[in-house]
Amino acid sequence: MINETLVELSRWQFAVTALFHFLFVPLTIGMTWILFIMEAVFVMTGREIYRDMTKFWGKLFGINFAIGVATGLTMEFEFGTNWSYYSHYVGDVFGAPLAIEGLMAFFLESTFVGMFFLGWDRLSRRQHLAGTFLMALGTNFSALWILIANGWMQNPVGSEFNYVTMRMELVSFSEIIFNPVAQVKFIHTVAAGYVAGSMFVLSISSYYLLKGRDIAFAKRSFSVAAGFGIAAIFSVILLGDESGYEVGEVQRVKLAAIEAEYHTEPAPAAFTLIGLPDDEAMETHYAVKIPYALGIIATRSLDEEVIGLRDLQKLHEPRIRNGMIAYGYLVKLRNGEETPENIAGFNQTKQDLGYGLLLKRYTDNVVDATEAQIQQAVKDSIPQVAPVFWAFRLMVGSGVVMLVLFGLAFYYNARRQIETKRWLLRAILWALPLPWVAIETGWFVAEFGRQPWAISEILPTFLATSDLAVNDVLFSLVAFIIVYTLLFILEMWLMIRFAKMGPSALHTGRYHFEQSPPVNAGLRHDNA
Amino acid sequence: MFDYETLKLLWWAIIGFLLIGFAITDGMDMGVGGLLPFVAQADVERRVVINTVGAHWDGNQVWFITAGASLFAAWPMVYGAAFSGFYFAMMLTLFCLFLRPLAFDYRSKIESARWRSNWDWALFVGSMVPPLVFGIAFGNLLQGVPFQFDQLMRVTYTGTFLALFNPFALLSGVISLAMVLMHGTTWLVMRTDQQVASRAARIGSIVPLVLIVSFVGAGLMIWQTVDGYVVTSTLDKMAQAQPTTKQVEIVAQAWLNNYYANPLLWLIPLAVIAMSLVVVLLMRLKVKTTLTKVAAFIASSVTTAGIILTAGVAMFPFVMPSSSVPDHSLLMWDTVSSEQTLGLMFVVVAVFIPIILAYTIWCYSKMWRTVTIAEIEQNSHSAY
Repeated sequence: MINETLVELSRWQFAVTALFHFLFVPLTIGMTWILFIMEAVFVMTGREIYRDMTKFWGKLFGINFAIGVATGLTMEFEFGTNWSYYSHYVGDVFGAPLAIEGLMAFFLESTFVGMFFLGWDRLSRRQHLAGTFLMALGTNFSALWILIANGWMQNPVGSEFNYVTMRMELVSFSEIIFNPVAQVKFIHTVAAGYVAGSMFVLSISSYYLLKGRDIAFAKRSFSVAAGFGIAAIFSVILLGDESGYEVGEVQRVKLAAIEAEYHTEPAPAAFTLIGLPDDEAMETHYAVKIPYALGIIATRSLDEEVIGLRDLQKLHEPRIRNGMIAYGYLVKLRNGEETPENIAGFNQTKQDLGYGLLLKRYTDNVVDATEAQIQQAVKDSIPQVAPVFWAFRLMVGSGVVMLVLFGLAFYYNARRQIETKRWLLRAILWALPLPWVAIETGWFVAEFGRQPWAISEILPTFLATSDLAVNDVLFSLVAFIIVYTLLFILEMWLMIRFAKMGPSALHTGRYHFEQSPPVNAGLRHDNA
Repeated sequence: MFDYETLKLLWWAIIGFLLIGFAITDGMDMGVGGLLPFVAQADVERRVVINTVGAHWDGNQVWFITAGASLFAAWPMVYGAAFSGFYFAMMLTLFCLFLRPLAFDYRSKIESARWRSNWDWALFVGSMVPPLVFGIAFGNLLQGVPFQFDQLMRVTYTGTFLALFNPFALLSGVISLAMVLMHGTTWLVMRTDQQVASRAARIGSIVPLVLIVSFVGAGLMIWQTVDGYVVTSTLDKMAQAQPTTKQVEIVAQAWLNNYYANPLLWLIPLAVIAMSLVVVLLMRLKVKTTLTKVAAFIASSVTTAGIILTAGVAMFPFVMPSSSVPDHSLLMWDTVSSEQTLGLMFVVVAVFIPIILAYTIWCYSKMWRTVTIAEIEQNSHSAY
């Protein structure tokens, strides 16, 4: 039988390690392009300040990058250590994009990141710039392949279940690459990374402007970030991934959960701005709605319906019953009774096998499930609504605030008035955490909203774990939390220290803390 | 293009190639990290050592990541069974591996002796524990590990963490440690000078002897005490992956069968011993030229490849034998992904490995120099 505690702990560990890793990745994705832009300006104009900008922001990028690399190792191995049934069940399909990510992206990114930091004196300017470009390219390729893998979990196209090997197998790799869910996810996620990188540079530059230090350096950095950021925030909002929610059953369920839409509304559906979702009653209380908005956002049309959770759930019941039949055939086939009838019967029902597996939580044999167990599985077939509902609103709220800030930053920067708008600089400084709020909640919506599935309609999350002892996972989870907390404190300490020091950290003799009389002589010698 | 049987064979070779790539490139970094406290005393010496691999450690580590991901893609059952079975060993490795990127990047950012010495120890631990654990894991693979599959192919591991630490496995751990340390010394002799280089050479003239003794010792144990596995039913090498339908027996000395069948294969373990001796001789030379230094590094690389091949060839076609239910042992014939996936991934590997090797070599050649104390002192704020 399924050990619910083991499943819970395994999910927590994955969530903790993935969300922690994802604090660092988006900044890397965004910063690599910003560094490339800065260095490109240096190579084209030959002006030293742009090299200093590349090197200084590169230093901060490096502090972030190191911990991103360290925590990324966990993600590569955790499928095997904690999700071994998942690894068996979908490795044939899911492993491929991960391996391609290593070969196509990680090698490129990691090889040239070394050149970026230590190759300044060993490479010509153009060679170094090309290296920075390849580093950025590798980083973005990595996002592409991991999101193709994730897109397949959300909408598993191009593959088929094989009862002989008892797993999903690859049928069409091009379908997996051109999976519409993967495509919108990629655009949305890398654009979010660009926003994070832009906000990072914008906020810290604002700090220097507020302090009146290294003005020329800060203003140029601010300009790059404002320009890149305004493009990024528009992309992330306009190319949000709602458009992906029209594809695939689980995406439709997720969309309804995001909107806490329990009842199907006549088209075009209203958008629930805020309300209190109640999974027991399957109603949203005190809903404040904007007419037509959801229908337009989700379906890009005025006459298509957005189906509510109650109706979606109803559709799952016959699939669960069909899945029980599929499971019955599967067991016979696995027992060697490979008669033509059994094979034909299985092939007719196997598209619902995953729904049958939902019953594994209640009865190991599946086929003997009681009516009550079937109803329970129907209830399980949608995620909890409130966490998804609120996380989504937090994400969108952060996005809107950032849109306003980037808009103002871009406008006043273009009019060369930014230094005088201290209120704006202060607001931007305080807005520094917003990209991370949006990114983490967005990731949560995507993955929690996929529940109860690890692979949509194919493999329930609770079945996907390794067969470990509860204490093993408890121990490793606690270890991860402690070690990651320590790493985080260390990283933040170093980051804040270098951010505060500013370009003086480069020891070129041209910046604030290096001017005489020294404002803080200690800093000069304390830091490399 | 290729039939399924050929693809399976190719993938055995590719996994082996990636593991060897990992051992030669990242093993070198690990050796350097492990040697750090012994070859360098003053801070600037330590920075010399670290900067010999500073620009490359991250790219080198990708061999490890890619080997893991390729296991996932090509041998998903091995990936799932081995990593979940060796759960604590994997976690221990992971937590130690966290230390390396941070140590490389953070160490020299703060000019405090305590901060730096703490990171030096972190680098030491992060460099020595993983190869030790990998060696121990390989030692256990050779003896077989207790796991089995149920009807729906869910794997259950029945061993304990402590059982991993048996004599043969520990000896394998020593081999693995000696291997990366030897490799690290040959790298440092090539890329440093003065005290650091001479200390590295001294260590490099002793460690290979430890390697030879433990390698021969492990060979004797394979001959005398560690039983091998043999498939006793007929195998359909073109068949879909079904690792639970064959028969396997545990037979004494069976890990030598491939060597008895193809005596030429004995050249692999012999090369390990011979090349280790070459390293010893070259490290002892009073006057070392570029040629002898490079020759020592190549000899050490060949040794590294030979050790992994020796184990791989001994076990072939097994990759993860089951000691509790031998019939469920994982073979490179029956633990693989589908023909479609193996074919696709073979093309990807065939396209990208040459590209990777090309730009990696370009970067190494661009960064090639003797790292000196003077250089570090000059670039004290930008070097690692």
